[in-house]
Amino acid sequence: MTDSNSGTPQPGVPEGEARAVPHRVIGTPAPAEARTMLRPEAESKPPAPRELPSDPPDPRHAKNAERLVSALFILAFLGGAAFIAAYLIFQVHSVEGTLHSNWGLGISMSVVFLALGAGATIWVRHLMPTVELTEERHPMRSADADREAFAETFAEGADTSQFVKRPLVRRTLIAATVPLAIAPIFVLRDLGPLPRKSLNTTVWRKGIRLIEYTTNRPLTPADFSSPGGMITVAPEGFQDDFDAMAKAAVIIIKFRPEQLQPPTVMNWTVDGIVAYSKICTHVGCPAALYEQTTHRILCPCHQSTFDATRGAEVIFGPATRPLPQLPITTDSQGFLIAQSDFHEPVGPSYWERG
Amino acid sequence: MSIDRALRGVGGALDDRFHGAKGFRYLLRKVFPDHWTFLLGEIALYSFIILLLTGTFLTFFFQPSMTEVVYHGSYTHLNGVRMSQAYASTLNISFDVRGGLLIRQIHHWAADLFVAAILAHMLRIFFTGAYRKPREANWLIGLTLFTLALLEGLFGYSLPDDLLSGAGLRITEGVLQSIPIVGTYLAFFLFGGAYPGTVIIPRMYILHVLLIPALILALITAHLFLMFFQKHTQMPGKGRTNTNVVGAPTYPYFMAKTGAFFFFTFGVTALAATFAQINPIWLYGPYNPVGISSGSQPDFYMGFLEGSLRIMPAWQWVVFGHTFAFNVFIPALLPLGLIITGAALWPFLEQWITGDKREHHLNDRPRNAPTRTAIGMTAVTFYGVLWLEGANDVLADHLDVPLYTITWIARIAIFVVPWFTYIITKRICLGLQRKDLHLLEHGVETGIIRQLPSGEFIEETRPVDEEARAVLESRPEPLPLPAGDDAERDNVPAPSMRGTVGRVRGRMNKVLTESVPLTGHGNGYGAPHGDGHGNGHAELGDGHDEHARAGVQAGRPGESGTGEDGGSGSQGQGSGQPDN
Repeated sequence: MTDSNSGTPQPGVPEGEARAVPHRVIGTPAPAEARTMLRPEAESKPPAPRELPSDPPDPRHAKNAERLVSALFILAFLGGAAFIAAYLIFQVHSVEGTLHSNWGLGISMSVVFLALGAGATIWVRHLMPTVELTEERHPMRSADADREAFAETFAEGADTSQFVKRPLVRRTLIAATVPLAIAPIFVLRDLGPLPRKSLNTTVWRKGIRLIEYTTNRPLTPADFSSPGGMITVAPEGFQDDFDAMAKAAVIIIKFRPEQLQPPTVMNWTVDGIVAYSKICTHVGCPAALYEQTTHRILCPCHQSTFDATRGAEVIFGPATRPLPQLPITTDSQGFLIAQSDFHEPVGPSYWERG
Repeated sequence: MSIDRALRGVGGALDDRFHGAKGFRYLLRKVFPDHWTFLLGEIALYSFIILLLTGTFLTFFFQPSMTEVVYHGSYTHLNGVRMSQAYASTLNISFDVRGGLLIRQIHHWAADLFVAAILAHMLRIFFTGAYRKPREANWLIGLTLFTLALLEGLFGYSLPDDLLSGAGLRITEGVLQSIPIVGTYLAFFLFGGAYPGTVIIPRMYILHVLLIPALILALITAHLFLMFFQKHTQMPGKGRTNTNVVGAPTYPYFMAKTGAFFFFTFGVTALAATFAQINPIWLYGPYNPVGISSGSQPDFYMGFLEGSLRIMPAWQWVVFGHTFAFNVFIPALLPLGLIITGAALWPFLEQWITGDKREHHLNDRPRNAPTRTAIGMTAVTFYGVLWLEGANDVLADHLDVPLYTITWIARIAIFVVPWFTYIITKRICLGLQRKDLHLLEHGVETGIIRQLPSGEFIEETRPVDEEARAVLESRPEPLPLPAGDDAERDNVPAPSMRGTVGRVRGRMNKVLTESVPLTGHGNGYGAPHGDGHGNGHAELGDGHDEHARAGVQAGRPGESGTGEDGGSGSQGQGSGQPDN
């Protein structure tokens, strides 16, 4: 606040204000305006010319736009009210109810936002007069003097701090931060156990029965009276263990024994029943599709295709290795059991696999 | 009047404390240029805000736990089924929380829109050259945001622990395992042991709701601050130069427009969430490592990685008991690495090739940078082929073409299509430049045929209007590089142009700056500019008419332009610009 209006009785109060209160008694408080920090409106300087026009050129057009904008805002209001009503009216807890609630809430919500958006857009485009202002753009680069001053200040600070002059301090400080930089790697170590050999084996062991995955029923060769489709099986006792099943899932397919050809290991089959790992050797999706006429096992993720009659060799796709074959036989009661674990790691390739 | 006084009171009180009057006054009048493509970034910003709002709502009900529960709830088809708490709580959000399904679907649609808008925005920036100096840092921030958005999306759609997203996680695990030397360790550390374990959902949850959004928010803040501080670029037009910004002021114009646009974005995602079902996890069922459904597709932004895995031949080395699973880690890391690294290096490579260290605030029209546009389209088609291959099973089904045929087509197309695209795009750009030149020389055809006294028929043309002419003429003149090895014998090559590197630079410069010269033979507007800056790039508004007039007088008919457009050039002068 300046004292420019020196002719007025109170400093800082311009002439006009002062004249409005001519008879001020000494000792009584000054009018409120006298104490405001803001400069009052009536300044001696003429106001700067407007940059923005105050009204659009065509008043009739503007009137129509005004009505339309208001109508849209009213629509948004109604939509908002409808949203609250829909929340109270439509109950969920059933598929049908959820569907209706979703429509009620969604439509009203969409109406609110779209009407607000449309209203605001029409407001800008048809109610506000069109303007185009031009602003100067200055180069990003600072003036040379400023850059020089900065460089000097920086160098001065570095000099005063002794950081440059005293290498002992500098080097020990740098050394002090080195363990700090490595520490997070150690802290993250306990995120999980080391893989060690765990990827090489599954839970399959000699004598574990093959049970049908969904029914948990042990299987006998007699269950496959004729060649047919593919069945997913689990090692008995592990069917609900996700970590075990992620590696141990197996598919079995029944062929006529003469259909099976090398490299299928015939000693690992029972009556033309052959068991392969279900975990794709590409990236581990379950190879779940089987085409009976062509004996092809297909992984639906990336279409690696395996020939079920030839030891699940890769016919097409990005997988590099056949699905490992599980050695199976029958126990004394005639149920299918494993002879041993897989003879190679199942699932996708990894560095230590070899 | 009382409102006015109240506002003044509040404003005064604030200014007393924060000294904002001058700065905020500038803020209110700050000019924002306008172009429809500038809205793409705004869509990304507003989808992110919608994601924050709807995501917060979802956290109130979602339980990021892999503890097994038996479901008994409103979705009766799954009653009695064992599932993780994460899946069960997602079912509850969908069927037992009013508005839960709507918010979940808005969240998912907004996520797709977020990535789509980022992609479109990035393409706009690239094709208009808006990444050029001084905006390289903002380009890099944008690329980081794009990568973070992909990661955020992957974690987000994996959280419900359904069968579809579980397949995605399994693939993630397989990809991690395939990385040489550290792969199995990475997988075991991420999953807390063997796959699937019991910690991956809570871990992804905290990354998805806290760490990555915080990074995104911080980078968006930096992104917007730089955009604000360096001022927005503008598209060429009348009165728009490299040293000004033409547009509407923030208050009230830009504020109202951008507010309206937020409402539109929210409205459209709400509309999609109302009528277009997305990620119906109750149909997929809870995750188990044995099951999978055929024809399963990830969200669209993961499609190119999926296609990349599908297209790859089965290559693998086993060396000294160690496996190099090229069939997995190459397709998983290479395409994204190529695109992101290439995009990150491009602004600097372009600066080096062209030697252009000037600030650029006036955007290029894509046709005026034919090589850049061609390279961009090459990347787009490279991505596009991978993306389509990611849906090869769906395509095979719909087009009734064998699956393996599609993959083989894609394996060839990934090399051929981008290459053809480069050539064709460049031809199109050069053709469009000639068309622009033709318009400048001959004007717009009016359809009026007139017979001359000699009996000859001519078609009348009228010159293009000022606005269009400003657009057509906007093209920064490439800077000449220092003379290289291939210069005249008596010229000593500049140090930076010597040797193999210098020759490569010179050759790349020729390719990169290939254009149909605006200052063609007989072109009425092609006046020799002393400023070496080009029209529309320097002081277009005032200097423009003199240039035009000077051009007619100094029309240098004898000098050869490119040859291709030289033949028609001389006619243009008479009929095209009668007012000159």
